[in-house]
Amino acid sequence: MDLPLLVGIFPQVFLDGLILGFMYALIALGYTMVYGVLEFINFAHSEIFIVGAFVGVEILLGMRAAGWLEALPWPLVLLLILVAGMAGAGLLAVSVERIAYRPLRGAPRLIPLISAIGVSFFLQDLIRLVESIWRNAFNLVYPTMDALNHRFELTETIDVSVKSLVVIAAALAMLWALHALVNRTKIGTAIRAVAEDQAAASLMGIDVNRIISLTFLIGGAMGGAAGVLFGVQYGLINPYSGFIPGLKAFTAAVLGGIGNIPGAMIGGVVLGLLEAFAASYLSLLTGGAFGAEYKDIFAFSVLILILIFRPKGLLGEIVRERA
Amino acid sequence: MNRYLVRLALVFAVTVGLAALLPASSLEAQASKGTIKIATQSPLSGGQAALGEGIKLGAQLAIEKFRGGLEKRGFKVELVPFDDQAKPDVGVANAKNIIADKDIMVVVGHLNSGVAIPSSEVYKEVNLAMVSPANTNPVITDRGYPNVFRICGRDDVQGVVGAEFAKGTMKVKSAYVIHDKTAYGQGVAEFFKADAEKKGIKILGFEGTEEKSNFDPIITPIKAKNPDLIYFGGIYEQAGPFFKQAREKGVKSKFLGPDGLDSSDLVRIAGKAVVGMYYTSVAGPVSVYPQAKQFAEEYKKKFGKNPEPFAAQAYDSAAIAIKALEAVTKTGKAPTRDAVTAAIRDVRHTGITGTVEFDAKGDPKKALYFVLQVAGENPEKWSDNKEVKRLSIAAPPVKK
Repeated sequence: MDLPLLVGIFPQVFLDGLILGFMYALIALGYTMVYGVLEFINFAHSEIFIVGAFVGVEILLGMRAAGWLEALPWPLVLLLILVAGMAGAGLLAVSVERIAYRPLRGAPRLIPLISAIGVSFFLQDLIRLVESIWRNAFNLVYPTMDALNHRFELTETIDVSVKSLVVIAAALAMLWALHALVNRTKIGTAIRAVAEDQAAASLMGIDVNRIISLTFLIGGAMGGAAGVLFGVQYGLINPYSGFIPGLKAFTAAVLGGIGNIPGAMIGGVVLGLLEAFAASYLSLLTGGAFGAEYKDIFAFSVLILILIFRPKGLLGEIVRERA
Repeated sequence: MNRYLVRLALVFAVTVGLAALLPASSLEAQASKGTIKIATQSPLSGGQAALGEGIKLGAQLAIEKFRGGLEKRGFKVELVPFDDQAKPDVGVANAKNIIADKDIMVVVGHLNSGVAIPSSEVYKEVNLAMVSPANTNPVITDRGYPNVFRICGRDDVQGVVGAEFAKGTMKVKSAYVIHDKTAYGQGVAEFFKADAEKKGIKILGFEGTEEKSNFDPIITPIKAKNPDLIYFGGIYEQAGPFFKQAREKGVKSKFLGPDGLDSSDLVRIAGKAVVGMYYTSVAGPVSVYPQAKQFAEEYKKKFGKNPEPFAAQAYDSAAIAIKALEAVTKTGKAPTRDAVTAAIRDVRHTGITGTVEFDAKGDPKKALYFVLQVAGENPEKWSDNKEVKRLSIAAPPVKK
């Protein structure tokens, strides 16, 4: 075993894991907020996430065709696609709720779940249809912005690219904003009230339907932001790209304690780190016997262990008190 | 009662009259002898659709061009394209539909060895011939099935060609091998690795991955080990983002890969990261085949784009199929699957990608192998990629 090598790549792997983790965390927020309010898993969230990425890439491609991509400063471009991705994904989440979930609100728990799975398939193929007509392409490539690919060399083997820093900064800023919104504003109080008891909240004059729409808007927007960052970071998206990250983010939400916002963040980061370390170190530590392809098995084994000892997740599920 | 009898007589008269007319009308419309269908199976949707569609269109062009002889004998000739989505289960499900359609006499396909292997098990049940324009995994023909043919080379040779080029021309001393865990990608990667080790190239790692977007954790150890060469056994839709991310992370190693990288989508995805890289192929760009020039022009005119790699091979595969069909319908009788399969074995065809003759296993007696270099960043110019080396090598005997 090559000890200097193992130690040498540690910071880089940690950084990679952190980026992946923050992305999972942003997506996980969508799952966890909806669960907190409605106690139901919105399986269409993985497609809402990738719609954000598609909105971003369409704007970038449009801007490149118009020649604006080089003309405008990159932070402005990035901000623009982030906002557009958030808006697109957020509005989609709200309409999905209005069309596919609200009519089923009184139905047994499993019915909206099935509706969500249906919406997920529907959206996948809708994106595929639209993209194949519009661009005749399956894989879409995020145009590279050279400024974002600039790397700072910390040591010979470790470096950080601008876009990695952007991903981390954007994720942290959004997580902080959400935390402030939920805990320090009137709207946040209303969201928490609806999560705790819908009937009582409506008696206090809170428009429950509007708050639920708002929850979907915020969760969808976070997912859309994650989608744009995912595209910028990894460069290639297709209509099915959302499925696996969505599944992982859902796992992260459960790991952190579903319904619990700080839990989703911690769950995401833990899962991202586990995955990155497994993928980078498994083959080095086992001399090639177990390669990077076992990363998910390893990561999920650890998850099962954690959940055996903490079945409600790392920070605990937020459980409503029922009258 | 009387009226009933009259009606009966009328019906009888009309029937007899029609029957008398029948031979005359069948002389006029010769199509009544039946329909011969040639199926293609390749990914028409999804990330590998660029290559898969090329296979379908290449076959379509050949069928439209060469079906005249069969039509003169009174057969209708049709193309039936199937979309295997590059997935083994879809390929097998399609194969079951294909064998159920008694008019389908030949299958031209697939793109992916991992799909062709299980699908050809289904074709074998009814001895339906499969002529492959692109499948390079040795298992395809090494099973010795009488109905399986390919007109391209094999990965146990292609891997060696790659290793030889890495050692001889690129002068690399160490290599890191990545593959996509499919029958094709892992297969060719293992052949490369085995021969590279034999030639004294140090293999620093051998890693399989199904990842499609985030290659960071795989790239980090590679960068730390700093190999001279990274060999990617797989397909462009996965290799593209991998190469791009590797360069973005500052990996300086040279890249090399097999024919799965041979698509304009590789530069569309990876951009300048892959410009100048080498790849081996069993299918040269259309420009290296002098006879294929006219094909390329017709293709461009009809479909509005340049032929992707393997389109010319699919054209030749379909032409071979038609040649065999012509041989078995000489007497004017409708062909049978057994007869067509047997006839393909004897076909000697000089097509646009060279002359093909099959050996006992269904491999071409001599196959061409190329080393090519990516010329530039423009995907439209993919067919301008430079040919660096060309070898003609016979298929190796089956290892027992």
